[in-house]
Amino acid sequence: MTLTDLANPTRFLALTARILPWLAAATALLLAIGLVQSALAPDDYQQGATVKIMFIHVPNAWLSMFVWGVMSIAALGTLVWRHPLADVAAKAAAPIGAAFTFLALVTGSLWGRPMWGTYWEWDARLTSVLILFLMYLGLIALWRAVEDPSRAARAAAILTLVGAINIPIIKFSVDWWNTLHQPASVLRMGGPAMDRAYLVPLLVMAVAFSLLFVTLHLAAMRNEILRRRVRALQMLQASGRPA
Amino acid sequence: MALGPYASFIVTSYALVAAMVLILILWIVVDYRRQKTRLAEFEASGVVRRSGRGAGDIG
Repeated sequence: MTLTDLANPTRFLALTARILPWLAAATALLLAIGLVQSALAPDDYQQGATVKIMFIHVPNAWLSMFVWGVMSIAALGTLVWRHPLADVAAKAAAPIGAAFTFLALVTGSLWGRPMWGTYWEWDARLTSVLILFLMYLGLIALWRAVEDPSRAARAAAILTLVGAINIPIIKFSVDWWNTLHQPASVLRMGGPAMDRAYLVPLLVMAVAFSLLFVTLHLAAMRNEILRRRVRALQMLQASGRPA
Repeated sequence: MALGPYASFIVTSYALVAAMVLILILWIVVDYRRQKTRLAEFEASGVVRRSGRGAGDIG
């Protein structure tokens, strides 16, 4: 099966019907393994058991940026290649990305209160992630505000590509500015600066949450294709012509 | 597994993530069923796609 074949929504639906159950099972299995490893991870000498929040905070934070990256590629697909599934992918990803970003903010806040002594600090990392969350909400609002999906897709694609400038700002905010948030300790030059006892559960949870995103995204794309068929049939019924 | 003095922060974090993931799954499942039902209603009323396939047919 080629990428051209996947441009056909009917073939895409057939493919998702086949792989979604396997993806869901793999996600559940990996999440279960990751949760057990997280529970068994030793307490940190400084953070104590609070280090366990990191195993869910970091994957959500990574995915908040990764999903915007996926939407940016989809935006290029809409504007440059006019791929039929590009705007379907972008629209379906936005609420999932917003949820991951919300969880990154809230779990970070719940970690910050006992460790930093505050739920929130207007530093560069936290503020730039909050802006990312607001941009997700803006995109969702835009999709809902414009009734014609193709018009909404072009506007959303432009907004997504403009918003993509925030992703490197989030990533490097801890290097460019003096922030309360600690610098990168996994994805950094010279390799991870984290003990295996924490790195392994963290990576397992990161892969599990990534699989969760792929599963939810494919299912949401399937729903969006069906929604557009419903819309086409409604218009057909109204006009009395074939869809 | 002792969670220490900050157990409430840890438990709340995991509970919130679990709740949000469940909400996402539920939202997608309910939305899927809603779209399939609407497509089935069109099919039942004789409105079909230009391809001649059933409205909800994905094959």
